Amino acid sequence: MNTGYRTRPLLSRVAEAVYWMGRYMERAENVARFIDVNQNLMLDLPRGFGEQWQPIVDTTGDRAAFLERYGEATLANVVEFLGFDVRNPNSIYSCVTAARESARSVRETISSEMWEQINSLYLLIATQSRKPLSEGLPQFCRDVRMACHLFQGIQHSTMSHNEAWHFIRLGTSLERADKTTRILDVKYFILLPSVSDVGTPYDDIQWGAVLKSVSGFEMYRKCFGRISPDRVVEFLLLDGEFPRAVRYCIGLADNSLHAITGTRLGAFSCPTEQRLGLLRSELDYAQVEPILQAGLHEFFDGLQARMNTIDECVRGDFFAQKVAFQVGTSGQSG
Amino acid sequence: MQFSSYDTQGFFDEMFEENGKPRPHAGLLLETVESLSEGHLLRYKHAAERLLLQMGITFNVYGDTAGTERIFPFDLIPRIIAADEWDHIERGLKQRVHALNCFIDDIYHDRKILKNGVIPSEVVLSAASYRKQCHGLNPPRGVWCHVTGTDLVRGGDGRYYVLEDNLRVPSGVSYVLENREVLKRIFPAVFEGLSVRPVAEYPSRLLETLESMAPNPSSSPRVVLLTPGIYNSAYFEHSFLAQQMGVQLVEGRDLAVDGGDVFMRTTKGMERVDVIYRRIDDDFLDPEAFRADSLLGVPGLMSAYRQGRVALANAPGNGVADDKVIYAYVPDMIRYYEGEDAILPNVPTYLCWRDDDRAYVLEHLAELVVKAANESGGYGMLVGPHSTRAQCDEFALKIQAHPRNYIAQPTLALSRVPTIVDDHFEGRHVDLRPYILYGKDIYVVPGGLTRVAMKKGSLVVNSSQGGGSKDTWVLSHGPMAQEQRQ
Repeated sequence: MNTGYRTRPLLSRVAEAVYWMGRYMERAENVARFIDVNQNLMLDLPRGFGEQWQPIVDTTGDRAAFLERYGEATLANVVEFLGFDVRNPNSIYSCVTAARESARSVRETISSEMWEQINSLYLLIATQSRKPLSEGLPQFCRDVRMACHLFQGIQHSTMSHNEAWHFIRLGTSLERADKTTRILDVKYFILLPSVSDVGTPYDDIQWGAVLKSVSGFEMYRKCFGRISPDRVVEFLLLDGEFPRAVRYCIGLADNSLHAITGTRLGAFSCPTEQRLGLLRSELDYAQVEPILQAGLHEFFDGLQARMNTIDECVRGDFFAQKVAFQVGTSGQSG
Repeated sequence: MQFSSYDTQGFFDEMFEENGKPRPHAGLLLETVESLSEGHLLRYKHAAERLLLQMGITFNVYGDTAGTERIFPFDLIPRIIAADEWDHIERGLKQRVHALNCFIDDIYHDRKILKNGVIPSEVVLSAASYRKQCHGLNPPRGVWCHVTGTDLVRGGDGRYYVLEDNLRVPSGVSYVLENREVLKRIFPAVFEGLSVRPVAEYPSRLLETLESMAPNPSSSPRVVLLTPGIYNSAYFEHSFLAQQMGVQLVEGRDLAVDGGDVFMRTTKGMERVDVIYRRIDDDFLDPEAFRADSLLGVPGLMSAYRQGRVALANAPGNGVADDKVIYAYVPDMIRYYEGEDAILPNVPTYLCWRDDDRAYVLEHLAELVVKAANESGGYGMLVGPHSTRAQCDEFALKIQAHPRNYIAQPTLALSRVPTIVDDHFEGRHVDLRPYILYGKDIYVVPGGLTRVAMKKGSLVVNSSQGGGSKDTWVLSHGPMAQEQRQ
């Protein structure tokens, strides 16, 4: 007779699916943010400044594919490419479709409410992709963002915070950290028209836009007041309380990883924990000035490479269960 | 919306008597429906469709590369079954499933029924669904048919007949549960004053049935549901049942056999599995035992099963009794194993391997329904009265080439139920698929799936052929006030 609580084991395939469901939903939300804020920003720029849509494509890391198929970075082209292009695996449509496919394959693991929310978002986008999008763009971006926020809330309050839930959060946090570094990277090196613009009202507007694209404008003001590039970098990279700051996201990812393995915080039992823990402590004790002096772009490149490695470690440690038996009669030890 | 212009057109109608008067058990429901304006009812209908789409209660259409998902059309007007009528159906189903189970166990052991000449040996051993690999197997407590979805139809005489037994991997029960949920959410008023027996306990009963099969009953068994994956047309049902039972939904690649036991791959290593509710056909279950090219199954699974290390529901090999030629002998089986006459009769069936029957069938193709012995889902079928001369000729050739593979039945005037068509009601033909669980005892979920042929005049109710469904109500006996509506 089974008397007590039994931890339900999580299938490796299911862990992988929910991890990617988290990542894709987060990616969809971020792409919607990029488009929305950039359109907003364009409206503030003086005539003759030129449309700045190429940097948004660069943020997602799909510059080559875009240039090959669309050429010029106009509003319409970029919205089509980032919003609805089925051949772009990082378009909102592709991300939500992939998140939905993942969710569908683990429908019995997540809550019905989570599934229905992803499905509603999919239906919204599938309907929208068949309609011309002109004045509706800001509203559409906001709808996507709100649908993703709703998904986060539903996930938080309808699903047990069990192992599967921590895999969702691990995927979500790593994705969010990655996207925040990319948006900073783009602003710092591509959006900036020239050194002489630094400190002008336009620069202020652009940094404001960067903050808004991660919903950080108001929270930044409360911390630092005046907008200054170094402080914005510090806030979005090293803040320990703002939920889209890189350090905060990495901390969250690390907490979830330890909840999954049962290893205490500050120790490690697998390559993922070792690398994520190392990154976490570095960010915990970092200061922004040395980073800026050494070169922010180089720092971001290094950060993104390390996060990619962590992603690979997660795969190796948890998803790729080989037929090496750890229990049973085979006598092998894991 | 009014029923005043509704015409039963001489068919047996589930709601109205021949003279156009409501049947006693349907009167209150009809009043409620009539009290609504046309606009109201149509709004409910659209709300139900939106809800089904949003809940993602869809099925995939085979052969459609765009991966189109469709909702299974749902009609708001429920089908009602009176309490006494249901008692009769329930008794008949229990009797039938018990006899079928005896038959399967007998066929894979002593074959007494063949030795005694009740059924010709060659008919059984030539069935495409007979599995010689299953000979001598002893599933826990001798149960082979854990989940059955028997198809019943009601003829012009108002009697229920068994059309098919569906012993292998019957699907559709999720629609029974979800149809009820949707109707309760969209149209609660329709339940008022009636005491409809709840269906929601099905998942618990199913879990009980599965747990009862565990090879090692002393510990708390690990049950999983094995699905072919998200591209299977019944995937929604697989995930739904796993979710409702709280068991893991696994694919073949999640499982592995080692040292005679079955394990699943988890983030923390390999975990033992005790009971598998498999929704994969026998042929794909284990490439070592059945089809070698199957990628859906688990190598070594049958050997673990044979050694009693894991339980499978339904038991492999039970499809032998699904063969439509063997179906014709079920009333004889019931007499043989139960010593009783069948409570629910078969539809009269002509077996084309018998010379007399075949001659009759070939002469009367235009009046008959011809079915391939080993097909399901409305495939491999000829509905004589609705077919062209050329289609009949084609079937005649097939029958002559492979007489063992075909049976024929008279075209039944299936009963009808009022159904919303545009802005009014029309009669549509229906069948009924109740679900029977066989664990420690036999349980029948009250009602079942009512499938509707949505096309005017059509007799084919299968979802793959444009069928829809309705909620199915079994009314309780006795004073309504005491009954708790779910």
